[in-house]
Amino acid sequence: MPEEMAGRPGETWDEVVVRVLKSHRVRLIAYVPDKVLAPLIRRVAADDFFTVVNPAREEEAVGIVSGAYMAGLRGMVLMQTSGFATLANVLASLAVPCQIPVLMMVSERGTLGDHQFGQAIVCRTMRPILQTLGIEHFAIERLQDVEFVVDRMIRQAFLTQAAATIILSPLLTNRGTKH
Amino acid sequence: MQANLLKTAGRADAKVTNRSELTRRLVAKLKHEEAVVGGIGHSHFDLWAAGQRPQNFYMLGSMGLAAPIALGVAIAQPQRQVFALEGDGSLLMQLGALGTIASVNPKNLAVFVWDNGSYQITGGQPTLTASSVDLAAVARGAGIARSTWALDEAHFDALVDAALEGNGPLFVAVRTDDAPPAGVTERDANKIRTRFMEGVQGKGA
Repeated sequence: MPEEMAGRPGETWDEVVVRVLKSHRVRLIAYVPDKVLAPLIRRVAADDFFTVVNPAREEEAVGIVSGAYMAGLRGMVLMQTSGFATLANVLASLAVPCQIPVLMMVSERGTLGDHQFGQAIVCRTMRPILQTLGIEHFAIERLQDVEFVVDRMIRQAFLTQAAATIILSPLLTNRGTKH
Repeated sequence: MQANLLKTAGRADAKVTNRSELTRRLVAKLKHEEAVVGGIGHSHFDLWAAGQRPQNFYMLGSMGLAAPIALGVAIAQPQRQVFALEGDGSLLMQLGALGTIASVNPKNLAVFVWDNGSYQITGGQPTLTASSVDLAAVARGAGIARSTWALDEAHFDALVDAALEGNGPLFVAVRTDDAPPAGVTERDANKIRTRFMEGVQGKGA
């Protein structure tokens, strides 16, 4: 793997994501908050390159990013696993049949030590929904994989006109933190 | 926009109109390739029946998302006027979208809601507007200051003209009857998306 595809020394995962989003001209970020995603949300909100909206619900965010894509502006939806669980209808009836490359970044909650009981159950619905709808997805576990996976998944989504879900595993976002 | 176009009157004060007719009146005023997002069901059936413009997007699913999709178009193309045509039952599923529109505050977005107080397409079961919810008041409360009922056809025409001036966001609730739609949209989701992209971008992808 080329060195530039393995991240740069000292960069955090959220810094790498911002750099890759810029390289693909993904300017619109629609997010529903999540503690794990908070550093990325702070970073895009503070950067004039991005237009950031924070709708009340993940479905809305997918609608906004879909409309923007059709009008020529690339976007990504940020959410946590419980939020993804609200999306089966909009993905099945808008993104998939219309071939809209909705980019989704999901922080994976409810596994590997999450103390939230609700997250622990609903997280099990994410991969079956993605598999049933045929939506490309990959869970990133290591910092050195962030640049390659995010870059290639965004590239493929736009080249193949297909939604894609980038999952951030606790192995990436939570390793080394104490409980 | 003339301030006197915005009425604080409630739902009961608005005349019951016909959705097909008013959709045709709205579309007839579009001269600058304005984008129109038609919500699921009769809202997009009547948009289709009013004449198939490349700048129309017809929602075959994703109930409640006409306004968010239109907001995305409005954010991407601030120079283009964008309309969302939505039903009362659909909007009731996604009321938070009104707050999102208020916070983004796009000058080029107008949301028109056809309110017949029923889920007409599924057999006429009542929606919450039939009992208590006043959608123009909800929109105003969500932060869209330019929210009003259309009191009659002439007022509706004036509100469409105001929307075309681009001084939005504008929210208009319209009481409608339970007459059937004037047509049925062709059901090819990808063709609808491709045509719309050609219509607003001049290309297919």
